[in-house]
Amino acid sequence: MTPADTLRFATRAATGYPLRTALMVLAMSIGVAAVVVLTALGDGARRYVIDEFSALGSNLVIVLPGRSETGGVNLNSLVTTTPRDLTVSDAEALRRAPHVLRVAPLSVGNSEIAFGGRLRNVLVLGTNADFLELRRYRIGQGRFLPAEDNTRASAVVVLGATIRDELFGNAPAVGRMVRIGDRRLRVIGVMAPSGKGLGMNTDELVITPVATAQAMFDTNTLFRILIEARGREAIAPVQQQIEALLRARRGGELDVTLITQDAVLGTFDRILTTLTLGVAGIAAISLAVAGVLVMNVMLVAVTQRTPEIGLLKALGATGRNIRLAFLAEAAVLSLAGAFAGLALGHAGAWALRLAYPVLPAWPPDWAVLAAIGTALATGILFGVIPARRAARLDPIQALAKR
Amino acid sequence: MAQIELTGIERCFQLGDSQVHALRNVTLTIAAGEYVAVMGPSGSGKSTLLNLLGLLDRPNAGSYLLEGRDVTTLDADEQAEVRRNRIGFIFQSFHLVARLTAAENIALPMMLAGLPAAERRARVRRALDDFGLASRAEHRPDQLSGGQRQRVAIARATILRPAVLLADEPTGNLDRSTGQDVTALMEELNASGMTLVVVTHDPVMGGRARRQILMEDGAIVSNAPGALAPPP
Repeated sequence: MTPADTLRFATRAATGYPLRTALMVLAMSIGVAAVVVLTALGDGARRYVIDEFSALGSNLVIVLPGRSETGGVNLNSLVTTTPRDLTVSDAEALRRAPHVLRVAPLSVGNSEIAFGGRLRNVLVLGTNADFLELRRYRIGQGRFLPAEDNTRASAVVVLGATIRDELFGNAPAVGRMVRIGDRRLRVIGVMAPSGKGLGMNTDELVITPVATAQAMFDTNTLFRILIEARGREAIAPVQQQIEALLRARRGGELDVTLITQDAVLGTFDRILTTLTLGVAGIAAISLAVAGVLVMNVMLVAVTQRTPEIGLLKALGATGRNIRLAFLAEAAVLSLAGAFAGLALGHAGAWALRLAYPVLPAWPPDWAVLAAIGTALATGILFGVIPARRAARLDPIQALAKR
Repeated sequence: MAQIELTGIERCFQLGDSQVHALRNVTLTIAAGEYVAVMGPSGSGKSTLLNLLGLLDRPNAGSYLLEGRDVTTLDADEQAEVRRNRIGFIFQSFHLVARLTAAENIALPMMLAGLPAAERRARVRRALDDFGLASRAEHRPDQLSGGQRQRVAIARATILRPAVLLADEPTGNLDRSTGQDVTALMEELNASGMTLVVVTHDPVMGGRARRQILMEDGAIVSNAPGALAPPP
């Protein structure tokens, strides 16, 4: 019996019992679809988080006051205690280090903004001209903060898009004076409406020179210093330079935490890949269940087709012929189930993307291959016992059975 | 040299506690091209003898030479090959595969033998013409009459030109006139040189064979031309 004949015979046998085959394919396809949809969800979440971090800007090193631990990055390193303040002069010193392209000090505080009788709470971000480029933000109207000394407290402000809309409506904003806290500042620009940005959205911010913000909040500490290296390969040397510089500036003690985007990305990538693998594993259990079902269905098929097996033996089929025919049938069923499941899973992932547009819920290639492979492997594996049983049937008894 | 030589064949079945002696010391020779009817009451061992001749069963003792070759010592796969190439089976209940068309049923032995598809198609077409089934090629068994089904079964049994045709009550499920058609068909095949061994209850059919073998209790009690079963 040629392989093509075996396959055709098996396919005819599978299609000869449509209900049984349909149920079997359905069970297998649910298993495969579960793997595809769940991995799409997991991988979508991973990509979402990575995109969010990438939106921070590239080649970024973030300096936080305080030190929580010594090696690697975890979620704790984003929340640190403050033993010694970061100051504007630290930022100035870092600016002079080689390989450093831009340095933006950040000072943050809450205040209220008023214009023409309208008042609202607002987050004030004090920084400098480098911030715009460093975060790859775009200006909508007017211009961004002027390039000037970090210690100079110019009375200017750049508004977020939402703030502008709420305070000015359709009226022009650039050139008008607004009151923030107890200060009057001139609006010199409006940020372009931004998309996402991790935890911070420029739409709801007002941006002032760092010295202005520090004076407003009566402080000289910085919330953070953002540093952009000259290139990807410069990140590691920049990190070392920053550490050396800051250590020297604080009497040999390094009480700051450096976060590089790579480390954060790597960590989230690891966590979420593991998570995706986990859900894929859970979904794979349903494939094993489907495999048991294949075995059950094939055992029933052997019983159902006992006279046929007896006949084939009388016509000169070897045990191997019959074993291969039943194995091929199990494989055909599993493969049909796998492809139906693939279609179902992709439809599910598509529905997910439709329902949550921010989530790039595409199933990863490895998961698709693994799902099909597992479906086929379980189908064939669980097909072995029924196939052997069929091959071992005694032809006389098989023929006698009605 | 005889085509079939059985010597001292014994066959026992274990049925629960009791042992059933299905064949006792059966010795039999059949020459090529013979037409033999095996007759006897139910349970006399006729079907066991036929299964043994068709290599579906193995004897507990004795030897079976088919065309001079001792086939009892062959392994299962070698026996399958002998069945495929030298032996054709015809059953009382036809044993067609319900989901396959008449043409596909006829092609089954050639598919098992691994013949190329083109040759299979040609041979099936010829067989369909020879057996008057040309218009029924794409019909499934449940769309065929009893006589047509048995003709398909005979076409399938003979498609590889076996040396021996074994029929177990081939007309048992057919009315008298279609039964006669089928018998005539088998006799035609016999006339073309195929050895024909028919197991039957029907004295009329048995009487048409050139030799009658009468069995009782697993033993051959009479083995001669014209030895008809005694009237019940």
